[in-house]
Amino acid sequence: MEYFVIIISAIFVSNIVLAQFLGICPFVGVSTKLSTAVGMGGAVMFVMTLATMVTWVLQYYVLNPFGLGFMQTIVFILIIAALVQMVEIILKKVSPALYQALGVYLPLITTNCAVLGVAILTIQKEYNLLEGVVYAISTAIGFTLAISLFSGIREHLDLMEVPKGMRGVPIALVVAGILALAFMGFTGLV
Amino acid sequence: MNQVQNFTKGFIKENPVFILLLGLCPTLGVTTSAINGLGMGLATTFVLVMSNIVVSMVRNAIPDKVRIPAFIVIIASFVTIVELMMQAYTPALFDALGIFIPLIVVNCIVLGRAEAFASKNTLWSSLVDGLGMGLGFAFALTILGGVRELLGSGAIFGAHMIKGDLMLVFVLAPGAFIALGYLIALMNKLTKTS
Repeated sequence: MEYFVIIISAIFVSNIVLAQFLGICPFVGVSTKLSTAVGMGGAVMFVMTLATMVTWVLQYYVLNPFGLGFMQTIVFILIIAALVQMVEIILKKVSPALYQALGVYLPLITTNCAVLGVAILTIQKEYNLLEGVVYAISTAIGFTLAISLFSGIREHLDLMEVPKGMRGVPIALVVAGILALAFMGFTGLV
Repeated sequence: MNQVQNFTKGFIKENPVFILLLGLCPTLGVTTSAINGLGMGLATTFVLVMSNIVVSMVRNAIPDKVRIPAFIVIIASFVTIVELMMQAYTPALFDALGIFIPLIVVNCIVLGRAEAFASKNTLWSSLVDGLGMGLGFAFALTILGGVRELLGSGAIFGAHMIKGDLMLVFVLAPGAFIALGYLIALMNKLTKTS
């Protein structure tokens, strides 16, 4: 039941993009086509889950016992940057097909604040390791859901007559606002 | 480019939020009121100025291949300093900004300026560039926060201006996207015509 609550709230109620404002850059940047949006979502899920596991273990077995809690930000961002590099190298060697699919999105993920955000939030919410992993996976599903819905809308938006000043990013942001309004309907679900 | 232009470019011409569209996460996340926007803007300015100074000082000592990880360590150190200072001296603001303070480290503006400007320019120019860009960011956040606060709760910096029915949606998540969308459209209009 606890896990069910974590899943529903991470995907719908407090959606990482539309309610918590993390990962806006890829949300606006790579959401012009549905296929790229899904690819980005897959890469984020992979890195986010891995990063949450590694940072959780570090926080509870290295930082806390040695009283180094204040080093959290520095340690976490370095771990995530190193992890992304490592995943890229391993994937290239082990599974070229998967690398072909996710490769271009991997370098972008280091600066995706959703990854660092989820790692820190997992610690702040005092989840155990399994809860943290479930939280990371469902957050990534929420990210993929939001970015895919948004890209579907943007594909149609290209065909519309938009006033000159609103073309491009402004209209995309207004559309994102309406999408966020729709997601507010989930408030109070859990 | 002289130093005055170097300083003022961050406000309108190369405004990080309205024109370059960098750092949108904190821009949308913390601007529920003008004071939160200003606080976030100033915290980012501090990190930007200090990291620009240090990066510019060590730019010839760092090998090209490891420069990005080195920049990240420098930036993360200053973010940690800001985090601890705010926790000690402005606890209310610290709680309001929450997760977005440690996330300054992944704000594209900070790494972007370190890589694009400070790693190639002198200490003094980098300092001015960081200050201009940071204050431009603070300016954008304060305006967005002010607009949302005024429409959503009828106040600016906590001082009540409007009475009666208000558009509560503007202090909630959807209002952030919509307000920023219209502000960018307005900025496009102003910069293209002048």
